[in-house]
Amino acid sequence: MRRAARALGELAAVLFLVSLGVFLLVTAMPGDPAVMVLGEGHPPEAYDEVRSELGLDRPVFEQYLDWLASAVTGDLGTSLVPPQHEVAERLLLALPVSLQLAAMALVIALAVAIPLAMWSAHHEGGRIDRAVSAGTFGVLSVPPFLAGLLLIMVFAGGLGWFPRAEWARLGDGLAANLHHALLPALTIALMELAQFTRVLRNDLTVTLREDHILASRARGRSPVRVLVSDALRPSSFSLVTLLGLSVGRLIGSTVVVEYLFSLPGVGSLVVGAANQGDVPTVQGAVLAIAVFYVLANAAIDLSYRALDPRIRRSHV
Amino acid sequence: MSETLTDRRTATRRPDLVAWFSGTWLVVLAVLAAAAPLLPLPEHVDLTRSLTAPTLSGPDPASGHLLGTNAFGLDLFARALHGARSSLAIALAAVALGAVVGGALGILAGYLGRTVDTVVGVATNVLLAVPPLILLIALATVLEPNARNVTLALALLTVPTMVRLARANTMAFAQREFVLAARAMGASGWRVMTRELLPNVLLPVLSMAMVLISVLVVAEASLSFLGLGIQPPAPTWGNMIAEGEGRVLEEHPHVVLVPGVFLFLTVFSFNILGEKARKRWDTRSGAR
Repeated sequence: MRRAARALGELAAVLFLVSLGVFLLVTAMPGDPAVMVLGEGHPPEAYDEVRSELGLDRPVFEQYLDWLASAVTGDLGTSLVPPQHEVAERLLLALPVSLQLAAMALVIALAVAIPLAMWSAHHEGGRIDRAVSAGTFGVLSVPPFLAGLLLIMVFAGGLGWFPRAEWARLGDGLAANLHHALLPALTIALMELAQFTRVLRNDLTVTLREDHILASRARGRSPVRVLVSDALRPSSFSLVTLLGLSVGRLIGSTVVVEYLFSLPGVGSLVVGAANQGDVPTVQGAVLAIAVFYVLANAAIDLSYRALDPRIRRSHV
Repeated sequence: MSETLTDRRTATRRPDLVAWFSGTWLVVLAVLAAAAPLLPLPEHVDLTRSLTAPTLSGPDPASGHLLGTNAFGLDLFARALHGARSSLAIALAAVALGAVVGGALGILAGYLGRTVDTVVGVATNVLLAVPPLILLIALATVLEPNARNVTLALALLTVPTMVRLARANTMAFAQREFVLAARAMGASGWRVMTRELLPNVLLPVLSMAMVLISVLVVAEASLSFLGLGIQPPAPTWGNMIAEGEGRVLEEHPHVVLVPGVFLFLTVFSFNILGEKARKRWDTRSGAR
């Protein structure tokens, strides 16, 4: 219990410091945000007005507390670049796209990696195993934006199976939505898929040497049954840990792939804003992503403890 | 028993060929990249000098453009080599900087403990609370996109990993007899850290650096691809690949494939060698 309270306190401290760092981005910005809002050749009185409107005439710490207070209530300010939308509003519009892509990617990665790892581990040292090993190592060396371009070249360009640079919201019908999301989701999934396969395969080969597997086999269970019901669960702990680590990479890949496919997600939003020097939008998006990331990792940490009784006992 | 023996034999023999290939590629690439300004290559960056060159021509050694040209008639082979110059220089400098800063902080935190450890630990957690690419994008928003700033941002990315690794190793070694002996003989904290702990922490940190190089090469390429890194026409692999957007990709795939193959082979080679280095030297997996 005390441990949980401590972890919670640490979580809060980290989030507080992250928000401070995100806020301080604006002070590190070259140039003057007020000038950016006004454009060149503005009258001097309008300049003062905009400065006080943006709160730039007050001390930095006061500005920060103000910003934090509104951020907590869901007001992340307005973007500097016209049209000056509410940042929170744009984030809310973009969020479902990114979440859907990341979730689909994760599902694809797991759906392919688990059977592939089992198949590979079952034939340990054989031709299939070596081919899978080499393949996953190769895939790990292809950055998502390159993989995405190659997939576009083959499946959207050459074969014409998928649209590119378009997005269909769920409201446009599930089939259309999935059709638009599949290729980008696959791109995001590739690297995770390779990583999951490698880790699970290695753990499975270790598990498969254990006595209870031998006992199962001796009792005449089929290889598939042994793999699925006896070997998978004890081999899956590294995978769950890896899931936590892969969330960060998943977010990065999603950002790049959204930009590549011109999809209206948080990634496109933040990259577009970064290219225009639109600091409030970047701040809002980074803060939202960081909060999500920290909470996701905390949740995975908890589920890890729930999964493995040994950890639960030794640490609490 | 015999099965594991043959396993081990094949396991050590087979990747060796790949490792040799990887090493050769990296050495050749590094030499060519270092010598790029001296080589008789066609124009790679100055648009006014490529006015007469064919645009978007395919790979053709006979034309003098070994791997073809881009939309402005700039030579892709020359651009790929100059891109290698900035990619490799930035990644190496960033990793070195990250290893020095992160390693030093990790040793300090691990040896001194208490407040120093807490402060360093919290700072590390704060850096890790933002996904790597998002941190890069946030920094790129406010920093001038030049080689120095990209290097600094990438170095910052490696610091948490280095801190954790150095801290874990320091804490393990700080309990060992030779450290206790040095302290008993009255060695100062500075001397213990630099003479006793540093040499032992160095090897795992270096092998981690090897692993991180490929991560940084990809990160730099991603940043350039997003238009937030080194700005064109100065070439990097990332912004060269970004030139292949839209129609260009379908009609002239070599514009993407040339820098893509360079990037892939380099990342692949660093991955292979990094894996080997980690397997050989990193006895404890203190970091990821």
